[in-house]
Amino acid sequence: MLVVTSVVTYYGSVQALKGVSLHVDQGEIVALIGANGAGKTTTLHTISGLLAPRRGRVEFEGRSIGGRPPERIVRAGVSQVPEGRQVFGALAVRDNLLLGAYQVRWREKRTHLHQQLERVYEMFPVLRERARQAAGTLSGGEQQMLAIGRALMGRPKLLLLDEPSLGLAPRMARTIFDAIPGFRQAGLTVLLVEQNARAALQIADRAYVMETGRIVMEGPAQELANQPEVQRAYLGRGYREVWER
Amino acid sequence: MPIWNPRIETMPRVDLEQLQLERLQVIANRVWERVPSYRRKFEEMGLMPEHIRSVEDLRLLPFTVKDDLRRGYPYDLFAVPLREVVRIHASSGTTGQPTVGGYTKNDLRHWRELTARVLSAGGVTKDDVIQIAFNYGLLTDAFGMHQGAEEIGASVIPVSARTAEQQIAIMRDFRTTALVGTPSYGLQIAEALEEQQVPRSSLHLRWGLFGAEPWAETVRQTVQDKLGISATDNYGICEVMGPGVSGECEEHKCGLHISEDHFLCEIVDPDTGEALPPGQVGELVITTLTKEALPVVRYRTGDLTSLDPAPCPCGRTLARMARVFHRTDDMLIVGGVKVFPSQIAAALSETAGLEPHYQVIIDREGATDTIEVQVEVSAGLLTGDVRLLMQTQNQLRQRLETDLGVPVEVRFVEPRTLGRASERSQRIIDRRK
Repeated sequence: MLVVTSVVTYYGSVQALKGVSLHVDQGEIVALIGANGAGKTTTLHTISGLLAPRRGRVEFEGRSIGGRPPERIVRAGVSQVPEGRQVFGALAVRDNLLLGAYQVRWREKRTHLHQQLERVYEMFPVLRERARQAAGTLSGGEQQMLAIGRALMGRPKLLLLDEPSLGLAPRMARTIFDAIPGFRQAGLTVLLVEQNARAALQIADRAYVMETGRIVMEGPAQELANQPEVQRAYLGRGYREVWER
Repeated sequence: MPIWNPRIETMPRVDLEQLQLERLQVIANRVWERVPSYRRKFEEMGLMPEHIRSVEDLRLLPFTVKDDLRRGYPYDLFAVPLREVVRIHASSGTTGQPTVGGYTKNDLRHWRELTARVLSAGGVTKDDVIQIAFNYGLLTDAFGMHQGAEEIGASVIPVSARTAEQQIAIMRDFRTTALVGTPSYGLQIAEALEEQQVPRSSLHLRWGLFGAEPWAETVRQTVQDKLGISATDNYGICEVMGPGVSGECEEHKCGLHISEDHFLCEIVDPDTGEALPPGQVGELVITTLTKEALPVVRYRTGDLTSLDPAPCPCGRTLARMARVFHRTDDMLIVGGVKVFPSQIAAALSETAGLEPHYQVIIDREGATDTIEVQVEVSAGLLTGDVRLLMQTQNQLRQRLETDLGVPVEVRFVEPRTLGRASERSQRIIDRRK
């Protein structure tokens, strides 16, 4: 569904991605893990169109989307849930959600909106409770659910999740992660960027590990979770052990 | 014949190539980061991992040769700490320092899957009883095939190397259905079976999976007929993993399917190192795409073969390599023509009245290369009808000239006049140097 080939992205003169290749097949949950600054968010931005790659290709459903305007990419079916939620604080929860469907065509609008709203409320019941509240008054976890719900309103095919657990209390993060496998049932494909490698590897099918703009490991999530290197670097195990031969 | 991993083994090539690119970039990043000798090589060439933008860019990477692996003895080429290496194998080291193989848990898991694919292609299912006739030890053959057989769920008998009689007794008593070993061993067992007049009905053999050495189609025919099995070739070298790199599908036997999701294979000209297109014979070069403990970049195997990326009628889309009969170090160039000692050996073995002792003398007269094959004849032929002797000599000369494509002189000598050689290379005397 999504094929990224040797993508090079710069922030001004700084090379953030040094030839990143990955793919996500339909129905998969793929995780992109790595330390802060590894280039994970840059990768998502390059896919969603917020950044243009200087070299390489991004293809979605066989069509090139690299360097295209973000609104075109959204229309093609790729939706990004940004890092840090970024909900419209002054607007009501319900209005935030409706805004997520802004690019949906008029003909389908009314029935579609109602259906999708129902689906999001089913997935995150607390949003229904707070439907008329200003989004800015929600807790961090609730805002994250709102941000995800907003992205789902456009009925995307591919959901790009950027650090959904960032800044959330463990229990809230757990709720978010528990909801993600359910997206698959709704016909969604997910590319998940996470610093919380343990949680990401638990729900993902496959994962890629990034370090300083490069992919340094890939494989089935289970395999990576069992890899001592991943455990040491990202799962916090054995950090006191010394590199030796 | 069940395909062990249909998702991979019948994957469309465009998806396979994306997977290969991703894995190639990961390996380039990892060896650059973790293996000092590769880092040095890259830096010498002004190469950085990000220069690899497509699978074709593989050609930018340096080769790895046997000596590189030997120099890294024992653990210098490991890309992970030793404590993560859960298995260590080594090559036999007959021609020098042995090379070491290391495997992490994930490497072992992959290895199991890969030999399972080969066994499956060779006909084996979980209902089979598999006799492993490779010697269990430092060499990779026995354990490699054993793990794959267990992965399939077959009943595995780790017999190791024994006398042919013992193998036959086990085959009979344990109701073995699949024999795994070297083809010469298979031949030995087949011949012992005949000598001992063991009725085929007392055996349950169906499949033979043979590898670890080159073997002719005639040997396949013989082994298949005498053992009543379907015999397939499989290939692997310990320097990249062990058995499981490729294997024939039992239904078609038209090339060995390579597990291209784990091994990126190319064919290069053995002299220039230039990549050759599909269909052309050259040296097989292997890059491991998933090895954690001991990733290897563009390993020059010394084995001569060609690649065919066309899909096989069995349904697999994995490229096939032709059966390996020759090695680059076997090869001689005489009068501009590639000549293999194995061709000479084959012609001699199929000529009646000769002793199995010969020498090949290559020399130069002026600007022309010459080959002379000296071979001991049996006492019977020597003291018998002179016309028969002359005829044998002429026929042999004609046969050799046809096979080799160069003029050949044949000289018959008395028994016990030539030196005794244990290795083929000792029989070849190249006086041109």
